[in-house]
Amino acid sequence: MNAPPPAPADHLAHPRPRSLTDLFVSFTLLALQGFGGVLAVVQREMVDRKRWLTQEEFIEDWAVAQIMPGPNVVNLSLMIGGRYFGVPGALAALAGLLGVPLVLVLILAVLHARFADNAVVAGALRGMAAVCAGLIGAAGLRLAGALKKSPLPLPWCVALSVAGFILVALLKCPLAWVLFGLGGLSCVLTYRRLKA
Amino acid sequence: MTAPLHLTLAWADWLNLFVHFLTLSLMSVGGAISTSSEMHRFLVEQHHWLTQEQFNQSIALAQAAPGPNVLFVALMGWQVGMNAGSTGAALFGVLVTMVGIMTPSTVITYAAARWGHRNRDLRAVRAFKQGMAPIVIALLLSTAWIMASSVGGDVLAHWPLWLTAVISGLVIWRTRIHLLWLLAAGAVLGALGMI
Repeated sequence: MNAPPPAPADHLAHPRPRSLTDLFVSFTLLALQGFGGVLAVVQREMVDRKRWLTQEEFIEDWAVAQIMPGPNVVNLSLMIGGRYFGVPGALAALAGLLGVPLVLVLILAVLHARFADNAVVAGALRGMAAVCAGLIGAAGLRLAGALKKSPLPLPWCVALSVAGFILVALLKCPLAWVLFGLGGLSCVLTYRRLKA
Repeated sequence: MTAPLHLTLAWADWLNLFVHFLTLSLMSVGGAISTSSEMHRFLVEQHHWLTQEQFNQSIALAQAAPGPNVLFVALMGWQVGMNAGSTGAALFGVLVTMVGIMTPSTVITYAAARWGHRNRDLRAVRAFKQGMAPIVIALLLSTAWIMASSVGGDVLAHWPLWLTAVISGLVIWRTRIHLLWLLAAGAVLGALGMI
């Protein structure tokens, strides 16, 4: 396993996008790898490969992206672009994330009628979806390492994560309940620990 | 089966569509997909601008294509425009729905993120960001589970698919191999009917 380096003290200490073009191209390439969702690819590319974000920064940004209205990955890309280049950076990341995929999805819509019933195409899509499910799970496992730095004791964090998984994946609770209920509880516990 | 739609859309209708998506954007906590039942009520049941099949296809196609799932909104705009009779109208539909669904949430999130970054030393901001970590991890693992279930269904009946998901998860977790290799491998295995 490639262990990430120790978290730097400030944002300048790790690699960063060189330019708006770099942001745009990076987010375009990243978006094109995301079948059935891009979020886990963001973790893979931005944290594991390019290292524009540490694991902790990714989790923190994602918490904000999740709680705000709008698609999580769109919010996350805005925040990453905005952190380095302000509003132009946010727009460059957003354009990269949506531009080429938008063209592709429209082409796909036009082709759809012709190939929808093709067993080979349907099988290939199933295979890619299986890989994507694995990818998303791996992103969760990768980020679990960041829990060791939480102000909460590790067993509490694990208990909260397990409870969240049971509520969302197995009991199919509405996301809002889990975010505000369990998330709220977790934030209050963290708040009390930070005082000490 | 529903009959194809032939619409005549006035400017007031386009404006109505735009304003509706602006409003939905404000409510889209958890992603645009969480407002899709409201989109269904508005587009299919109330205005008959989309058929049920077109609505379902928009979501399925966006899932199958690379890129953010929010592009299902663009496909709905595209279909509404195609129902109105031309490719030009379809492109206009994409513009109306995408700008509508993206603008309010984007502006709010950007402002909130900047505020949070400026005030990152506040105890409440730190508690929120660090406190959400276990939930973020739970949501990722849940999404993986739900996604594998939706393509695979029963574990025993579709064990090759679940095995593929688990193996690719382990490879991604432990190595830095480029995702496209794994996606290509999954596509080939699937196309050969092995998953």
